[in-house]
Amino acid sequence: MGIRERLAGNEAVAIALRQIDLDVLPAYPITPSTDVPMYYSQYVADGKVKTEFVAVESEHSAMSACIAAAACGGRTATATSGPGLALMWELLYVASGTRVPITLAVINRAMSAPININNDHSDSMGARDTGWIQLYSENNQEAYDNHIMASRISEHKDIMLPIMVCQDGFITSHAIENIELLEDDKVKAFIGEYKPAWSMIAGKPVSVGPLDIPQFYTEHAYQRAQAMKNSKKVILDVFKEFGALTGRKYDLFEEYKMEDAERAIIVLNSSAGTAKCACDALRAKGEKVGVIKLRVFRPFPLEELAKALSHVKAVAVMDKAECFSAIGGPVFADVRTACYDLEKRPQIINYIYGLGGRDVRLEDFTFVYNKLDEVVKTGKSGEIYRHLGVRGV
Amino acid sequence: MSFNLKKEASKPERFVGGHRLCAGCGAGVAVRGVLRALNEEDKSVCGVATSCLEVSSYLYPFTAWQESYIHSAFENVAATISGAEAAYKALKNKGKMKESYKFIAFAGDGGTYDIGFQSLSGAMERGHDMVYVCYDNEAYMNTGLQRSSATPKFAEVSTAPVGSVIPGKMQHKKDLTETMVAHNVPYIAQTTFVGNCKDMHEKSYKAHYTPGPAFLNILAPCPRGWRYPPEELMTLCKLAVETCVWPLYEVIDGEWKLSYEPKTKLPVTDYLKLQGRFSHMFEKGAEWMIEDFQKFTDKKWERLLKKCK
Repeated sequence: MGIRERLAGNEAVAIALRQIDLDVLPAYPITPSTDVPMYYSQYVADGKVKTEFVAVESEHSAMSACIAAAACGGRTATATSGPGLALMWELLYVASGTRVPITLAVINRAMSAPININNDHSDSMGARDTGWIQLYSENNQEAYDNHIMASRISEHKDIMLPIMVCQDGFITSHAIENIELLEDDKVKAFIGEYKPAWSMIAGKPVSVGPLDIPQFYTEHAYQRAQAMKNSKKVILDVFKEFGALTGRKYDLFEEYKMEDAERAIIVLNSSAGTAKCACDALRAKGEKVGVIKLRVFRPFPLEELAKALSHVKAVAVMDKAECFSAIGGPVFADVRTACYDLEKRPQIINYIYGLGGRDVRLEDFTFVYNKLDEVVKTGKSGEIYRHLGVRGV
Repeated sequence: MSFNLKKEASKPERFVGGHRLCAGCGAGVAVRGVLRALNEEDKSVCGVATSCLEVSSYLYPFTAWQESYIHSAFENVAATISGAEAAYKALKNKGKMKESYKFIAFAGDGGTYDIGFQSLSGAMERGHDMVYVCYDNEAYMNTGLQRSSATPKFAEVSTAPVGSVIPGKMQHKKDLTETMVAHNVPYIAQTTFVGNCKDMHEKSYKAHYTPGPAFLNILAPCPRGWRYPPEELMTLCKLAVETCVWPLYEVIDGEWKLSYEPKTKLPVTDYLKLQGRFSHMFEKGAEWMIEDFQKFTDKKWERLLKKCK
């Protein structure tokens, strides 16, 4: 079953969106996400989809158009990277606050300055508190699969929150890998007809985007927070259904050789593959090491992660984003929070790594595992906020 | 189309009372006037940029809008309406839409001349079937009367105050309508509330029913910011036209057409003296400001006449 192909991540995303046959795709080009609207506009030009492709004049307008298209009951998505995501910032909150489903393909790129077109996660990590669900993708297959599942999650009546599907710029967006695609009709059947609960252009007029005075704003924020909490169950249900369809089983995070692991690395996106490789090499030497790859970062899988780490002695959280808090990266902060209530807490250190496209090698993860070994042996974490491979310090 | 105010005013209101706009404010007059020009069977989606109009018309859970309405942010109403219109087109093409909708964006001058300019320019260039309405009250009234690029020279505003050295705003008003003409928009008009509002009505009708984008610039005075008694709203609009400070014209497919030429062009002072924001121009030693304002108005008017010939 399925269609075997060789595709770069961006094309895989474009194909997923074509199979969904969006109603509106507004987009603005930015490296390395530009291929997505390029491929899609070709589908439009060739009549393969009936989408309105709106070549807007900025990412700010792209997200603005998405919000209104969704408020008209249209299925909509766009793609962006780094500074493009930053320009959407204001509207990211508007999108989640308006409670409209939108899929945003984030092809992760470093934030300026200095300007850098290469990969890290400072863009989507900066947007982690905007009320968007965030899925991360290790490879092209996951990027494709996540996009097929995204609208089902986002459009669910108990959720109605926009969703970001992230993958690493260039590393997976431009690298050609083997992939198994679903047939168009199977995607159509899986995502189903979108029947929005309300629309500005169906039935009675609707007013969208009110001014909230203080007596209502809190309640609306609370409802949004509840929707985010509820989304975990919906995400797992959609994963399960997708697994039954494709045989590709997904969870909130992937546990790799974690059953008896004493040392663990927590990582997102493409670096997970490299970490697993380093893990395998050490396992061959009899070392009890494992990897946890987070797939769902918002909502954060707090209880599940705590359980997975309950038997681990030392954990290194890998953050491909510097958030300048002076105490560590964003994933680190949440993982430490997750472990706080454990009876026996692992020692947890943080590595900021791979910024601005800095190559992440097998030996980097071996190095981190060895550092964890020192932590286990000495019982001391030492400096918990560390930077990997910084030259000249 | 013959205009009959009585008949038009008997149509069901699309923007109703209960909103919290000030007495003597032009924004509500503009919205009602523009929406009244829709054919009764047509529905619309109205986008509103962050503005006095926005904060006054949909305070949760009360809305003054009988049409579908969306507010998203300050600088993006044109892109917002672009997205709504695109969804409508897509759903029509897919056979999922039977009803007919019009798409209208409303914004003040700050949301149009300044922060929303890029979004407006993009939407007009892309050719969405929409009407963009600027209700121009010549400053950021919602935040407390700050200078915009639509503020006239010498007007006293809170970020260009009159001081002992600088007498108010030192730059002339940006000519946005002309800028929109350069976008090759099929229908463009400048209007305000004159007489029985026939001019605004007819221009709104043309804007709604000309396929493609249309741009309306409506001078919509603000009693708080301009400092005039609320009941003088219509007087001010009439004087803006009779002094040629705000000429009424249309540009249809690139052709300029003057809508009204005053028999006797009144001096700008007739318009300026009714407004507190210009009061310092009438002090001793400030005659040069009046001269400057008159000269600028005359020059713009002469240029417009040439374009309309």
